[in-house]
Formats: sequence, C-alpha cells, structure tokens
Amino acid sequence: MTTDATLKSDSVGESRERLYFAFRNPKVVIGLAIVLGLLLVGLIAPLLLSAEPTQQFDAKSASPSGEHWFGTTYFGNDVFTQFAYGIRSSFMVGALGGGIAFVIGLTVGFTAGYRGGLVDEFLNMLTNVVLVLPALVVLIVLSTYLENRGPVSQAIIIGVFSWPWVARAVRAQTFTLRNRDYVDLAKLSGKRAPQIIVREVMPNMASYLLMSVILLFGGAILFAAMLDFIGLGPTDSISLGSMMQQSMAWSALHLGLWWWFVPPGLAITAIVGGLYITNVGLDEVFNPKLREM
Amino acid sequence: MLELENVWKSYRVGSLGSKRLTAVRDVSFTIAPGEVLSVVGESGSGKTTVGKMVLQLISVTRGTIRLDGRDITAAGKRGLREYYRKVQGVFQDPFSSYNPIFKADRVLEMVRQTYFPRVGRSEWQAKVEESLQSVGLDPGAVLGKYPHQLSGGQLQRMLIARALLLDIEVLVADEIISMLDASTRIDVLNLLGELKERGLAVLFVTHDLSLANYISERVIIMRHGAVVETGATAKVFGDPRHPYSRNLLASVPQLHTKWADNQFHAEELEPDGDRDRPPAPLTKVDENHWAAAAG
Repeated sequence: MTTDATLKSDSVGESRERLYFAFRNPKVVIGLAIVLGLLLVGLIAPLLLSAEPTQQFDAKSASPSGEHWFGTTYFGNDVFTQFAYGIRSSFMVGALGGGIAFVIGLTVGFTAGYRGGLVDEFLNMLTNVVLVLPALVVLIVLSTYLENRGPVSQAIIIGVFSWPWVARAVRAQTFTLRNRDYVDLAKLSGKRAPQIIVREVMPNMASYLLMSVILLFGGAILFAAMLDFIGLGPTDSISLGSMMQQSMAWSALHLGLWWWFVPPGLAITAIVGGLYITNVGLDEVFNPKLREM
Repeated sequence: MLELENVWKSYRVGSLGSKRLTAVRDVSFTIAPGEVLSVVGESGSGKTTVGKMVLQLISVTRGTIRLDGRDITAAGKRGLREYYRKVQGVFQDPFSSYNPIFKADRVLEMVRQTYFPRVGRSEWQAKVEESLQSVGLDPGAVLGKYPHQLSGGQLQRMLIARALLLDIEVLVADEIISMLDASTRIDVLNLLGELKERGLAVLFVTHDLSLANYISERVIIMRHGAVVETGATAKVFGDPRHPYSRNLLASVPQLHTKWADNQFHAEELEPDGDRDRPPAPLTKVDENHWAAAAG
C-alpha cells in the first residue's frame, strides 16, 4: 500500500512539481521580478503621469530632482515620462513581434515536420531562404520605405524575419515525435492531423515552446531598440531606442546629460537580461539534470 | 473477411523524391473471422509495413485492401473512421504507444470522443470496466494511472481493451509481445487466443517463430518485401520448402541445445536484387501450402 501511495503522490502532476521548482529557482524569480517590475512601470506610470512625453517644460537639461525624477532633456521633455511610455512601447513591440514570429514559426515548423515530403521540402527551403537573408539590411530598407512608422509596423517587420530558427527547431522535434506509436494510435482513434499536432505533439515540447516565446520576446525588443537607435524607430511615438538615439543626436554624452540616455539603456538591458536569466532558470526547471543541488 | 490483393508499397526517398525504395512487393492474403494469420520474417522484410497498410497508417502504392468486399484504400476520411470501428491495431512498444505526459486511460477516452460522443458518463464507465475485465485487468488498478506506473503487460492489455470497445473484426498485432517478459507474454498470447475464439481475425506480425507456431492457423514468411512461403502453420513449419524458411526455422535456438552442438549450416540464398521486379510466383507444393521458387 505504501508503494501505491508514493506512486500516487508523484503522479499528482508534473506541472505542479515544475511550478514548485520554478518558484524556488532564484534565476526564474529574479528574472521574472525584473521583467514584471518594468512591465508594471510601463503599464501604470503613463496613467498616473500628467505630462505628455512630447511636452516641453521651462527647465531644460535639468538634472534629476523631485519635480523631474529622471531630469529633463535638452528640449525640456521630462525623461521619466518618456521612459515610462518607452517601456510600454518596447513591451508592445516585444509581445507583438515575438508573437508573430512564434505563430509563423510554429505553423511552418509543425506543417513541415508533420506532413513531410514535398511540403516539407518547400517549407524548409523557404525557412532557409529567410534564415540567410541579411535581416538587418532588409529591415533598414523596409523601414526607410515606410513614411509613418509606429511600433506595430516595426513589430510586424521584426516578426516576419525572426521566425526561421523556431520553425527549424519545431520541425526537427516534430519529425521525431510524429513517428511515435501514440500518434498512430490517435490516428486509429479517428483524430485528424491538427488535433494530433495540438494534443499529442505539442504538449511534448511545451517546455521548449515556452522558452522560445521568451527568447523571441527578448530578441524582438533588442532588435527594435537597434532599429530605433539607427534612426528607424517609430515616427509618431517614443520608444527606449529612440530616446537613446535622440540623446546621441543632441550630444547628451558631451553635455553631461547622463540622465537622458542611462535610464533607457539600463531598461533595455534589464528587460532582455531578465528574460535571459528567466530562460536559464526555466531550463533548470524543465531539465532536472541542470538543477543545482 | 480482410483481403489484400497484389499490394505494393514504395517510398520516395532522396531529395524531391528522386529515388524509390520498395518495401512490400505483390503481397496477397486473406484473413477470415476467427483466424490468426502470422506474418514472420527478418527485420526489413516488410512485415510491419504490411500491418501498417492494413491499418491505413501508410498508403498503398499499388493493389487493393478490402474489408468484407469494400475497397478501403479509396474510403476517404469519413470512410476511414468507420473502417477503424472494425479494424484496430496494437503496437510493439507499450511505452511508446502512450503519450507519456497524459494518463494511460486517455487512450480509452479518445475512443469515446470519436465513436461514442453521446454515451453518458456512467454508461461509458461500465463499458470501460467490462472491457478491461475481459482482458484480465482490474479497472481500479489501471484507471487514473500514468503509463510509467503500469507494467508493459498491463499497457498492452489496455490497448487490446481499447480495441474491444469498438466492434472490431480485425486486430493487427504488430510484435505486441516482443517487449514483454516470458510470463506476461504467454498471458497476452492466450488472450489473443480467446479473442480468436470469439470470432476475431488477428494479423499477428512477429519475428518469433515459436509464437507464430503457438497461436496461428496460417503463416506467411516474408523476405525482401515479398512472400516466400505461406500455408497452414503445421505444413510450413513442419516441411519448409523455401531455403529461407529452412534457414529461419533452423535459426531458432532450442532450449536443450548448446551453441557448440549446433551442426546447422545456412543455405546459400538469393541476394536482394531489383525490388521493382515482380517476385518469384508462389506455386502450390502441397494441400494448403505454397512456396516461391528459390534462386
């Protein structure tokens, strides 16, 4: 009877066990805390702030004070206001760009891996073509063509170019999983291909999918910041990257206006860094061999 | 009655399907209700492919498969669903037949979702328990468990119970006991015998000749994708006519013979040639006994 009881308790749910390890893994906790903390700033601060990010105050190039927490820019914009709106748009670009890449990558990967044959040959070729495209150059060309750039168009461009490696990994995994007997058994139970992919194949790579969402999210934020910094950021709104680009354009470094570029730079580093730390932590959660004893 | 008529299977391999690999060549046989037909042969002889084609998990390149006179290779999706109501399979590896992250009884639940969506909970529960008991499983001991908590024998029997939830006529058993230990093996084998008594046709794919001899009325010996010898089990195993069959039978280790005492020398066999060529035709050598010409 005792063996039966222990068997039961370990079956209660691997998911709950993973949650247990996730919340006791310092990397996951620290990483998530950083990311969620900044997300809260981006979500709540713009609601509480009375100033607009483009609003110009009398105090120009003022250092941080009680009135202007992060100081003001050369033109008298409040840096904290810009910072809060910038974080919001960075998260938006990350979620949308990462989301688009994830959906395309998953669709292509599962279709290629599950169908195989000519479909796979074609999709694999497409994946490889997109993979070897010099994405940065294409992005620069595309971005210059768009007169009015917002975070949404930026996210779409990023999403369309960052799916290939997800597609390749998902395809490879699907190849090994689709030949399992339980997939055949699901077919014998009258299940169709989409149901089999979602119910049989996908749950077996859930941990991988979760981690790739996180990496795509961080990657999209970083890519957006890079585009912003070379002057291809949103034309109608503020972002962390465009703040840094502005500060460089107006020689904030030489004028000693460190409060103009340090906060957005730190925020990008913290978001992306936090996501990567979470990812490393989750790796330990999903793969017990990596857990530190 | 399940009939295979001149069934061929070729795969396209290489980039853009430029090459062809023929796995099954011109195989024909029938299985009547209440009969066990064994398909034996070495690895790569195409016996598993035959089983998978009967289950329509692999398409047929040429030839037809008929169930009660109806061609199932042209059945379409809906027709296939009805076909699976009558023809089911159990596979070699019990641990791979279950999705490891779900509870084992989900395989039974999937049958309910597709074939009995309107059956009530309690009625279904009773049906499941009856089916599990009929394969010698205690419902309380196996329901609600994960696959890794059950033994291989329990898992294989649960798959047979799953098949029995439907009104099946044909069961394709692909090496279903080769991963079980000797004592559970005989239990599952006897269960197949009982199913046969109840009028089920069983296609028993195996590489183990003694199992084939134990359970089946008729046997097919395959090599390089083609049938080399077929007939009543006693005839084929008692008086093998094809050199490959003789080699195969002689290669079964006997319980009371040691390696050093084994005087058997394998006969020279025809090498694997052009597989797109039709195989040597079967000729009748005796009542209920056919063999392909050797060489």
